[in-house]
Amino acid sequence: MATLTFPQDDRYNAFITMLDKAETGPGKLSGIGIAIKDNISTRGIQTTCASRILEGYLPPYDAHVVKLVKKAGAGIVGKTNMDEFGMGTTTENSAFGPTKNPADTSRVPGGSSGGSAAAVASGMVRMALGTDTGGSIRCPAAFCGIVGHKPTYGRVSRYGLVAYANSLEQIGPMARTVSDISLLMEVLTGYDPSDSTSVNCPYAHIPDPDIRGLKIGVPEEYFGEGVDPRVASVVWDGISLLERKGADIITCRMPSMAYALAAYYVTCTSEASSNLARFDGVRYGPPADTRQTWHESFQERRRDGFGTEVKRRIMLGTFALSSGYYGKYYAKAQAARQQVRNDFLRLFREVDVIAGPTMPTVAFRIGEKTDPLSMYLSDILTVPANLAGIPAISVPCGTSEGLPVGLQIMGPHFRDERVIDVAYAFEQGVSR
Amino acid sequence: MVSEKDVAHIAELADIGIEKEELAEFTGRFNEILDYFDILDQVEQGARGGTDLVNIFRDDIVEDSLPADEVLANTREKEDGFFRAPRVM
Amino acid sequence: MTGTADTAGQESRVTDFSDDEVIIGLEIHCQLDTLTKLFCGCSTDYRDDGPNTHVCPICLGLPGSLPRVNRKAIEYALRVAKALNCTIVEESEFARKNYFYPDLNKGFQITQYDRPLAVKGYLDIEGDDGEKRVRITRVHVEEDPGRLVHKGGADRAKYTLVDYNRAGIPLIEIVTEPDIRSPKEARKFLNKLRATLEYLGVFDSEKEGSLRVDANISIQPRGWFDREGKGKADRGRAEVKNISSYKGVEKALTFEVTRQKNALRRGQRLGTETRHFVETRGVTTSSRSKEMEQEYRYFPEPDLRPLRVCAWADEIVLPELPDARRARFLTQYGCSPIHARTLTGDLRVAEFYEQVAGIDPVLVATWVADTLLGELNYRDMSISRVSPDWFRELLFLVHKGNVTDKGGIEVLRSLLDQIRESGSCETPGACVGRLGLRVLERTAETGSEDDPVVNAAREVIAEQPQAVADFAAGKKEAFNFLVGQVMKKTRGRAKPADVNQVLSGILGKEG
Repeated sequence: MATLTFPQDDRYNAFITMLDKAETGPGKLSGIGIAIKDNISTRGIQTTCASRILEGYLPPYDAHVVKLVKKAGAGIVGKTNMDEFGMGTTTENSAFGPTKNPADTSRVPGGSSGGSAAAVASGMVRMALGTDTGGSIRCPAAFCGIVGHKPTYGRVSRYGLVAYANSLEQIGPMARTVSDISLLMEVLTGYDPSDSTSVNCPYAHIPDPDIRGLKIGVPEEYFGEGVDPRVASVVWDGISLLERKGADIITCRMPSMAYALAAYYVTCTSEASSNLARFDGVRYGPPADTRQTWHESFQERRRDGFGTEVKRRIMLGTFALSSGYYGKYYAKAQAARQQVRNDFLRLFREVDVIAGPTMPTVAFRIGEKTDPLSMYLSDILTVPANLAGIPAISVPCGTSEGLPVGLQIMGPHFRDERVIDVAYAFEQGVSR
Repeated sequence: MVSEKDVAHIAELADIGIEKEELAEFTGRFNEILDYFDILDQVEQGARGGTDLVNIFRDDIVEDSLPADEVLANTREKEDGFFRAPRVM
Repeated sequence: MTGTADTAGQESRVTDFSDDEVIIGLEIHCQLDTLTKLFCGCSTDYRDDGPNTHVCPICLGLPGSLPRVNRKAIEYALRVAKALNCTIVEESEFARKNYFYPDLNKGFQITQYDRPLAVKGYLDIEGDDGEKRVRITRVHVEEDPGRLVHKGGADRAKYTLVDYNRAGIPLIEIVTEPDIRSPKEARKFLNKLRATLEYLGVFDSEKEGSLRVDANISIQPRGWFDREGKGKADRGRAEVKNISSYKGVEKALTFEVTRQKNALRRGQRLGTETRHFVETRGVTTSSRSKEMEQEYRYFPEPDLRPLRVCAWADEIVLPELPDARRARFLTQYGCSPIHARTLTGDLRVAEFYEQVAGIDPVLVATWVADTLLGELNYRDMSISRVSPDWFRELLFLVHKGNVTDKGGIEVLRSLLDQIRESGSCETPGACVGRLGLRVLERTAETGSEDDPVVNAAREVIAEQPQAVADFAAGKKEAFNFLVGQVMKKTRGRAKPADVNQVLSGILGKEG
């Protein structure tokens, strides 16, 4: 047992709650301080999801992954800032103020796991847990210049993760090196009976940089018109490096990309509209006013407790599921989702992994993106992996305009090891 | 296309208070987003994807419940072990 | 003048309902008798414990919690589906029913919607006009919400108190087609269903609140419904929600029939409305709850995997069900059909009967079906409070003739009252002695001075000269009267057969 203390200077506003010390024990993560995104339940430590509606909530239980990291000897440093309930791409939608990008403090760190990314990128912690519903680990990893991995759906238990979009989200590791990502994957994965979507597929792997003969698919759609040409150029350089290391680059097509973003936003807002119905102030959060009627109190709480973006998504989801519209939106979104899955299955019969940029641009300025739809559109390259449930990693591959750019590698279901190997190969290639 | 009245109705359905001043902007954004969603109309309703994972069960064995003090710990609105909630009309 | 309602907008009076029929459909929710809740490991044995003592992050709806399906609940549901002759759906799934209410702490109920566990079954009952088949539309599984308590009564409460012990209890929902044609038939259906569920071992009807019924009822021109409900005269219907007792269902529906008929007589147009049954007053009142206006935005539950349980259902072997047991009672015990139906109509009664039938099955059948159940019903007691042992002892005394039937009933009443008072009772033998009910034993010779029956008969003859004369004159009723007087004199302790014999002997001699 050892006690970690760490400086409380949080200049990037990466944390919502910081502990002043943490106990670490023996295990794979012995002596390591770890930051945990604030939508992951931590017993006795405030868990807010960056929302007023959960301010002061102290969970009486630990999320499964928190139990795992504690058992592995890590010390919990604090709970990191995020877009409220995971809804956002910049960590500007937080009730506790935006997080700043350590690479350039006038810029966003990405979202929704912006706090975790900033904590890692700035060196405050060595590792952090994030969550990825439509790119929320990979986007901030790319914008801040660190590594972030979204595991195959089901490999990491969701028990204790405050749900935003159940069928899309996964908890995943964020760190400065691929080796640390791999180490954290060893701790986080494995069957958990308390999550009925959990799969028995533990990760136990040492990253292997040998990618000779590996076939890397590059979909045309990943370098389409929405992608900043400078970012595209940096990512192509990265892919060329992989080619020099022995991989074959094969261009391909993914027609379902046309529907992917719409399918994603219909699905996640629908699930969210249901998941966020439980915050009635009766059992937790700022209490309901018992002098009012139930309906008045519930409506007022949701008006005051949720930020604008959260309200918008709840309403979009409510609309998409309402009678008369279910067939047009939700049902069609699931059909489109199946097409995305089928596209990946088809591609992975020809190639071993798929590569492309993580984000279409570098980090925006804080306050720059005010239009929700244009914000949603920046998720276009990350959402397909969530829709299909496949593993996807973002690894830093250079800069554009002085800002970090991320290279995204995606693989077939349950081939996180392969994806991490390619990222490792790249990382090793870069450092030589 | 949805009107402000439609958006107000959705807000009612979702029990979310939208102030009147916000309604116009909300409606505008809503419509932009819904227009984008229209692309889904082109998707063919295909067969459902098969799931390999079915029949995930738990045995009927009693597990510990939460101690009473923990259950009520996150609220001050409690009485004789009950939660206090606003009355339903 | 008989009227049928015309096209919309026109009112017409219905005064003669002979061409109309009552159409009833039921939606029944029963708590499955598992040890743990449907989606978590909290114990279901909450009724004697304080509020919120059987909750965990899952059934409390804490953020981040996830449901886990109780295998036993599905097994029980499959038993029910099979017993109701349903088709098991190949792939079924859970769905979310979204609405906001304080007893629903997640803001949604996990239930089944598009793809329920089982569909298209039936239950045969004794209808108003003989055996009839009530079709079952579907059977599915869902979780119970919590419980609201209104301090000072629902109308005056300033706020609501919430107890989530009940939240997550497994429910089975059984929906019938509108095949039921009277409140009485509805009661019979519910009784048969209840018995069936108890025979399956999946339901305990004695647990308070374990069964709730929603009933749809309307009065339509005869045959309208069989034309797929597309006849001209849809007079709307009432849905009476949340009736929580079997007797309540018949009362509520009887009230509704009257109410609807009165409305139709006045020419009122009945729409489709939701009503609430007020048990204490025996009336239904109009419900204006917000829940009724909401739509539920059903979608498949993303946290749970689908169910493919046809193969499992095939393997389930059902225990003996009421109809089979009734048939067996007829052959094995020689009961009358009516007794067999009564005895098998409740699992506890059937099991009780089989434990005590050995002495004399037909005698015991009468005693249990007619006498015991009547006395228990009068005292609002369950048969589970009667020990088969002492009842067997009592019947043995009756069977042997140590106590008359009438005396036996007196003993039974006394013992039941004792149990009701203090929870236990004396032995039947002791009771017989204490009440002085031991049958008068005849001595070997009739006519002897010590024979109490003879003495009593002689006294009666002396006291009732008119009756004696009437009998002599040929009036047979006078003999019965004299028998009755002797029984009275011996305070029921003489065997009727003996009294008959003695009186005949004396009067025959003298008459």
